[in-house]
Amino acid sequence: MAAENAGRLAPPRTFFLNDPVIRGYFYQGLLIAIVLGLFFWLGANAIQNLTAQGKSLGFEFLKNTAGFDVSFSLIPYDRASSYLDVFYVGLLNTLLVSLISIFLATILGFFLGIARLSTNWLVAKVAAVYVEVTRNIPLLLQLFIWYFAVLKVMPAVKQSHSLGDVIFINQRGVFIPSPIFDDKFVWVLVALVLAIVAVAMLVVWARRRLAATGQRFPVFLTSVAILVILPGAVWLLSGTNVGLDIPKLGGFNFKGGIDLPPELLALIFGLTIYTATFIGEIVRSGIQAVSKGQTEAAAALGLKENDRLRLVIVPQAMRVIIPPLTSEYLSLTKNSSLGAAIAFPELVSIFEGTALNQAGRAIEIVGMTMAVYLTFSLLTSLIMNIYNSRVALVER
Amino acid sequence: MTDSSYAFVQTETAERLPPPGRTTGVIFWLRNNLFSSLSNTILTIVVGLFLLWLVPLLYQFLIGHAVFSGTADDCRVADVGACWIFIANRINFITYGFYPQTEYWRPNVVFWVGLVLVVPLVWSKAPFKIANAALFFILYPIAAFVLLSGGVFGLEQIPTEKWGGLMVTLILSVVGVVGSFPIGVVLALGRRSNLPIVKTFSILFIELWRAVPLITVLFMVSVMLPLFMPEGVTIDKLLRALVGVTVFYGAYMAEVVRGGLQALPRGQYEAASALGLNYWKSMTFIILPQALKYVIPGIVGTLISLVKDTSLVSIIGIFDLLNAIQSAGSDSAWSTPTKSITGYAFAIGIFFVLCFSLSRYSVYMENRLNTGHKR
Repeated sequence: MAAENAGRLAPPRTFFLNDPVIRGYFYQGLLIAIVLGLFFWLGANAIQNLTAQGKSLGFEFLKNTAGFDVSFSLIPYDRASSYLDVFYVGLLNTLLVSLISIFLATILGFFLGIARLSTNWLVAKVAAVYVEVTRNIPLLLQLFIWYFAVLKVMPAVKQSHSLGDVIFINQRGVFIPSPIFDDKFVWVLVALVLAIVAVAMLVVWARRRLAATGQRFPVFLTSVAILVILPGAVWLLSGTNVGLDIPKLGGFNFKGGIDLPPELLALIFGLTIYTATFIGEIVRSGIQAVSKGQTEAAAALGLKENDRLRLVIVPQAMRVIIPPLTSEYLSLTKNSSLGAAIAFPELVSIFEGTALNQAGRAIEIVGMTMAVYLTFSLLTSLIMNIYNSRVALVER
Repeated sequence: MTDSSYAFVQTETAERLPPPGRTTGVIFWLRNNLFSSLSNTILTIVVGLFLLWLVPLLYQFLIGHAVFSGTADDCRVADVGACWIFIANRINFITYGFYPQTEYWRPNVVFWVGLVLVVPLVWSKAPFKIANAALFFILYPIAAFVLLSGGVFGLEQIPTEKWGGLMVTLILSVVGVVGSFPIGVVLALGRRSNLPIVKTFSILFIELWRAVPLITVLFMVSVMLPLFMPEGVTIDKLLRALVGVTVFYGAYMAEVVRGGLQALPRGQYEAASALGLNYWKSMTFIILPQALKYVIPGIVGTLISLVKDTSLVSIIGIFDLLNAIQSAGSDSAWSTPTKSITGYAFAIGIFFVLCFSLSRYSVYMENRLNTGHKR
C-alpha cells in the first residue's frame, strides 16, 4: 500500500495563471514590452524634435572649430582647435586633477586613519573632529570656500605674496619655478632607470636568499644608496647643469615657471581634503578589522614589530581596505566634475558645458561624456575583480 | 643535597617592590594618554600649539570680532570677523529665494506641519505609526505641493523658478530621501531576482547610474531630456532635478540594500518559503526587515551624501541654499571683506546640522534595533 505512494508525486495541478514559471514569463515579457515601448517613444520624440529643429544626429560636428579659449590645457590648444580637441583637453584635465588628488588624498587619508587610532588622546580627538566636520560639508561648498574665499582673495599680481622670491602667490594662482634641463641630463635619467632596475633585481635576490638561507639583507638602505649614488655620480661626472626658470613679473602677469591656476588648486585642495576623510575612515575600519589575536599570534611566532606589521597586519588590513578604497578613487574621479562650478576646464565644464552650449549637440555630447565616466567605472571594477580574486580569503 | 651548579640562590626575602603607580586620576590619565612616550609628548605639544592657534582664531572670527548689529559699514573696518548682519539682512532670500514675501506663510506651514509629522515618525515610541506614515508619505506631499505652488483655492500661483534657498534644499533632500529608498529596494530585489531579464535590467540600470557623476545626470535632465519629450511638453526644471537626484540615489541605495539582502543567511529565505509565504509576503515580513536593519549605516550614509549633493543643482541654475548665499553675496551694497566667508560659514552650519543629526539618528536606530544577533 505504501509502495504505491512512494513514487514521485506528480506536481500539484494548478490553474495555469498561478504557475510561477508562467507568471515569470509573463512579468518578464511585460517588462521588456514596457522598456522597449519607452525607448521607442523617447526615440520617436527625439527624431521628431530634431527634424523640427532641422538637426541630425552624428559626430561630424567634432571636426568643427570650437572657437573658444580654455584657461588651462596640457596639450596645445587655441581658438582654431576643434571640438574633438576640447574633448581631449577636458579628458586630460580630468585625469590630471584626479591623479594628483588621488595621490594626495591617499597620503592624507592613511595619516588620518592612523591618527584616529592613535593612543595619543589629543591626536585621536583632533582627527575625529576633522573627519566629522569635513565629511558633513558638501564638496561643492568646500570648493567654493577654497576658490572664492581663499584663493580669489589673494592680492593682485603686483602685490603678490612671495616665498623667497621664487614662488609667487596672487589672484591668478601660484607661480613656481620650473627646472630647465640641458642635453646631458638624459644620462642622469638613464642612470636613474638603471638604478631602479638594479634595486628590483636586488629585492628579488634578497628574497631568494632569505628563503634559501634565512639570512637578511638590508634591502631598504642599500636601495636608497643605489638610487641616490648612481644618478648622483652621473650628474656630477657628466657636468649636467640644471637651471631654474624662475617666474618674473612682466607686464600684467608673471612669465616663466609653472603657473598653477587657482581653479586647479582649489579643485585639488577640495577633492583631497574631502576624499581623505573617507579614506581615513576606510583605513581605520581596515586596521580595526584585523583581530588582536593576529598581532599576538605573530608576536608568539617571534616576529619583530616591523615584520608583524608588514607580514601579518597590513596584508590582512589591505584586504578590507582596498575594495572600498578603489571605489573612493572612482568617486573622486567623478567628483572632479564639480570643477565645472569653479570654471576649471575639465571634461564636464568645457565639453558638456561650453561646447554643448555652442554646438547644441546635447545627445551626442552628453552621451560621450557619460561614456567616458562609464569606461572609468568599468575599468575600475575590472581591476577590482582581478585584485579581489587574488587576495580573497581561501577557505576550506 | 646541594647542587653547586647554581651560581646564585636567594636565601633571604627580597625587598618589597613599591606599590604600582596611580591608575586613576588626572595625572595618570595625562601620562597615559598624552605623554606616554617621547614621540607622543612631542606630538601632543605640536597638536596642542596648533589648537592654541586655531581655536582663538575661530573664536575671534565667529564671535569675538564678528558684527552682530549695525549696517554694512560696520563690516568694513579693519580686522573684522564674520559679518552676521549680512546673513540677518538677507535671511529671507537665503530661506525662500524669490518666493513672494506676502506668501511666506505657505512654506512656513509646510515646514512646521512636516516637522510635526516627522518627529513622531522617527521617534520609535510614538503611537499610530501606520496612520502617521500614511499622512506623511501620501497626503502630506500632495498638500505641500498644492500649498507651495498654489493656483487653486484662490491661492496665488507661484512657479517653481521663484522657489529658492533653504526651502529648495529641504524639498530636494526630503523628496530625495523619501523617493530614493523605495526605488533602491525595488532595484535591489530586482537584482537578486531569479528572473533573468528582470535581473539584467536591474543590473544595467543600477550600474549605468552609478557609473556617471551626478552633474552629468543633472546636465542630462536639464539639456537632453527636453529633446526626448513630445513637442510642447515641458517638465518643470525643479521637478526634473528632483527626479534626477532621486533616481541617481535610488541606484546607490539599491547597492546598499543588496548588501543587506546578501548578508542575510539563506535559512531565512528557506524558512519563509517553508511557512508557505509567497514572494512578496516573505520579503515584506521576513527578509527586508532584517536585511534593512543590517545596512542602516549604509542607508544613512547614502542619505547624507544625498543631502550634501542637493547643492549640485545650483550648477544647473536652481536657486538652492548654496546658490542663494552665493548670489546674495554678489550684491554690491554688501561688498564687505568677510561677507562671502560669512555666507559659507552659515551654509556650513546648516549642512553640518542636517548631516550630523542624520548620522546621530543612524547610531540611535542601530542601537534600538540591535536585537543581539550581531556578531
